[in-house]
Amino acid sequence: MTAGAIRAAGPAGRAFPPPHGLPRLIPPRAPLQLGEHIDRYGPMPFRGTGGRGGRRQPADLISETERSGLTGRGGAGFPTGRKMRTVAENGRRTGALRGQAGTVVVANGAESEPASAKDRLLLTRAPHLVLDGLALAAEAVGATRGYLSVHEGQDELALQLTAMIGERDHYDQNRVPIRVVTVPRGYVSSQETALISQLNGGAAKPAFVPPRPFQKGAHGRPTLVQNVETLAHLALIGRFGAGWFRALGPAHGPAAGSALITVSGAVTRPGVYEIALGMPIGDLIQRAGGPSEPPQAILAGGYFGGWLPYGPALNVPISDAGLRSAGAALGPGVLIVLPASACGLAETAWIAGYLAGQSAGQCGPCVNGLPALADMIARLAFGRPDRETYDWAQDLLGLVTRRGACALPDGTASFVASSLRTFGDELRQHSVAGPCVRVRRRPVLPAPGHSWEALR
Amino acid sequence: MTRQILRVNPIACEAHGMCAELLPELIGEDPWGYPIVAPGPVPDELLPLARRAVAACPTLALLLSDAD
Repeated sequence: MTAGAIRAAGPAGRAFPPPHGLPRLIPPRAPLQLGEHIDRYGPMPFRGTGGRGGRRQPADLISETERSGLTGRGGAGFPTGRKMRTVAENGRRTGALRGQAGTVVVANGAESEPASAKDRLLLTRAPHLVLDGLALAAEAVGATRGYLSVHEGQDELALQLTAMIGERDHYDQNRVPIRVVTVPRGYVSSQETALISQLNGGAAKPAFVPPRPFQKGAHGRPTLVQNVETLAHLALIGRFGAGWFRALGPAHGPAAGSALITVSGAVTRPGVYEIALGMPIGDLIQRAGGPSEPPQAILAGGYFGGWLPYGPALNVPISDAGLRSAGAALGPGVLIVLPASACGLAETAWIAGYLAGQSAGQCGPCVNGLPALADMIARLAFGRPDRETYDWAQDLLGLVTRRGACALPDGTASFVASSLRTFGDELRQHSVAGPCVRVRRRPVLPAPGHSWEALR
Repeated sequence: MTRQILRVNPIACEAHGMCAELLPELIGEDPWGYPIVAPGPVPDELLPLARRAVAACPTLALLLSDAD
């Protein structure tokens, strides 16, 4: 498509039918070039160029997003429309006071969950959907600048995205200046307040709140931080509306739309799958080719999520409400199937040690509590568990919860607590007979930079 | 009158322990000496002591603010 065609594409030219069914975000032949992208999805709406007739104001996207039920796909699952409205309102308020309007939007593509691959896939396969979402969100909340964050070491991706942003600038598709930034690798470095801290010239470490980013974030402005998948959904909601978005997902409850889920561990075809929220876990495991060896449990929601015993997990619907009532979470959309050949306690000790090592080193209860907790879990897994060790581990769960600046201590505690629930039988067997032989196998769960030798 | 709550900024806190000493009614210590604050609003009769504890914190990590 030529420059003229990109500029001219509009409602007068032709209609752009919404994607029917799945996949929505990453079709088999995802359009990579800007021209192909516009050819498939149509031009960006909300500037009198798109939508289903009539000129809509940028702020209309906020109401549309609220009606859609879209929630953040980065892990916390906060309602996207409400967050946008708050940032927009705070922008108007502080703008009036300080004599300058302008909020900031940050697209978070720095995927820190080790078992998640969806953000990288999305940025590689459907970057213009993310960039459309960033542009639309920026316009809707009155932003004057945008950022797209990826991890350090993703140099090629950062260069590709920068080139695309440049091309979009040329065709007036960004609506605000957008810059790609890289954040250090680490479990907490892409947490909202850590991103803000880095954008403000500080270290990529979580900050004490309030002020929260939506009150006072990058450059002291109200800042909207959204996961890149959330923004890709937003790009489609802007074009095809809340009703279209809600056509997928459970008929009842707040969850709506589709989500990208990374499936790994003991499955035949690990990978990223786009599902309608509410799909039972068992159906997704089947889509991934079924278990590749006898399974025993599923970790849902990543390392701030929880373990579910395999059999009962199969009927649990994949939605935040569904997973939470089962004792896990949706988190950033991660499912890991643990084979029966692994020891759940050893895996938990491995990850508890990894998470303790991910502390930014700022808060006393986290700095002291997480290593102590990891040590107790290692004793339960690799030694002969006794009542005293178990009780101390339980006490530590309470001692770290809600006592850090970020969610690392809370997430680690809920992960460990779910392990002690799910692998209770294992724990009793270890306490009677000592550690099982399976503790000696290499862990299934990924923990970048964490040393297996150190654990044993 | 607005109810007030005590909060600790865990990044600023260095476990000096002044707050727990001055306001043991509401603040205990964890095994590493970091404060554990009783949840809920500060009772009226303890507000003067709470203000004193806030003022005494060497790192200004103890905060008294309006409950949301």
